[in-house]
Amino acid sequence: MNERLWNILLDALPKLLRYGVEVTLPLTAISFLLALLIAVIVALIQYAQVKGLKQLCRFYVWIVRGTPLLVQLYLVFYGLPSVGVVIDAFPAAVLVFGFNEGAYMAETMRGALESVSRGQMEAGYCVGMSYLQIMGHVVLPQAFRTAFPALSNSLISMLKGTSMASTITVMEMFRQAQVINGRVYESLGLYGEVALIYLLFCTLLSWFQRLGERRLASYGGAVK
Amino acid sequence: MMLQATNVHKQFDGQDVLKGIDLTVNKGDVVAILGPSGSGKTTFLRCLNFLERADRGELIFDGERFDLHAATRQEIARIRKKTAFVFQNYNLFLNKTVLQNVTLGLTVGNGMKKQQANEIAVRALEKVGMAGKLSSYPSQLSGGQQQRVAIARGLVSNPEIIYFDEPTSALDPELIGEVLSVMRQLAQEGMTMLVVTHEMDFARNVSNKVLFMEGGNVIESGSSKAFFEHPTQERSQEFIRTILEARK
Repeated sequence: MNERLWNILLDALPKLLRYGVEVTLPLTAISFLLALLIAVIVALIQYAQVKGLKQLCRFYVWIVRGTPLLVQLYLVFYGLPSVGVVIDAFPAAVLVFGFNEGAYMAETMRGALESVSRGQMEAGYCVGMSYLQIMGHVVLPQAFRTAFPALSNSLISMLKGTSMASTITVMEMFRQAQVINGRVYESLGLYGEVALIYLLFCTLLSWFQRLGERRLASYGGAVK
Repeated sequence: MMLQATNVHKQFDGQDVLKGIDLTVNKGDVVAILGPSGSGKTTFLRCLNFLERADRGELIFDGERFDLHAATRQEIARIRKKTAFVFQNYNLFLNKTVLQNVTLGLTVGNGMKKQQANEIAVRALEKVGMAGKLSSYPSQLSGGQQQRVAIARGLVSNPEIIYFDEPTSALDPELIGEVLSVMRQLAQEGMTMLVVTHEMDFARNVSNKVLFMEGGNVIESGSSKAFFEHPTQERSQEFIRTILEARK
């Protein structure tokens, strides 16, 4: 590797890391929390068979899963202003990532909720708990445990997906790599470098996932 | 009279599962509900605690009258506060420890202080011989141990009556005894119990009344002594004979 490239990469590293830590990670975290909130609500509505709302939830999942993420980003950021809805790039990205991954996670949560034995609910009723109390203390915690590996997958895929926010002008880590590359034309080196940083982030998340799974395993046994 | 159910009807998919069941339980009674599988006995028990909604039927419980079909949520909650239900598959909360399983209904369901709930729970767990496993999770226990915890969970709310739905049917043979002995002890202490069971020794020696069901009907009911020694119905005689022969 020649010295010029080496210096470019070394020079870019703190900048990329800064945008990674200050933009990519918060963008991922906020979007993921939004997605999780949406997923739990949508899954609960379907689990509890709330009339009317249930169809709305199916419709939402259908639309979001049936259209590309990139198209959704363009629609919200470039499309909506023509009907008077102007959203800044970062919140627009949060909304799209949140609602997009939320649809997939809702399906994950729904499956996990349905895998919790109905007997848990019955036992809860019989000891004098209400529906919401049983959901909060017994059913949801068990469903989260079942869903945890799949939700972790969603988080990791979302982290990488935030690079697409670059297409709607969000200055995040990948966009920063593009900007630097625009000056120095070292595509292989710079995009390779940014790929390694994504890999590093995802590896850290995988560690956290394993840690979390070990903690959740405390009550042992298979979830019936 | 502690409980009287009258004319309980229930259909599943157009199939009559209960065709008008009547039952009277007095305080301190231990009633065994017997019958071949598919006779509707479990469904009947579940209807009494609204785990199934009967199509028709009346329940007088503790002096109060309830419509088994149309009871309101408040009425159901009121009945459930005075009853406990022990399931065939224990249904312990899998994400909770033994102690938490027993206290959850007290603290979360009834707003009791944690410390007080813990004391009550430990006493109940001592009674069923499970106080040594407070921080175990259900998956770490044998079936018999889980069922004893489930009984303790039912006891802590001071129920007027405990419903048992085939409490030993899911257990390995060598574990049945420990559960039955807890139930026998409760019976001796005067607990009112309604027990769907296949355990003939229990029905004969512990329960004082028998309700024999088949095909959604009550075939025979009365004192367990009379039922086992002088069954009046041909089906009852046949049932007892089959059971006794199966044991040989």
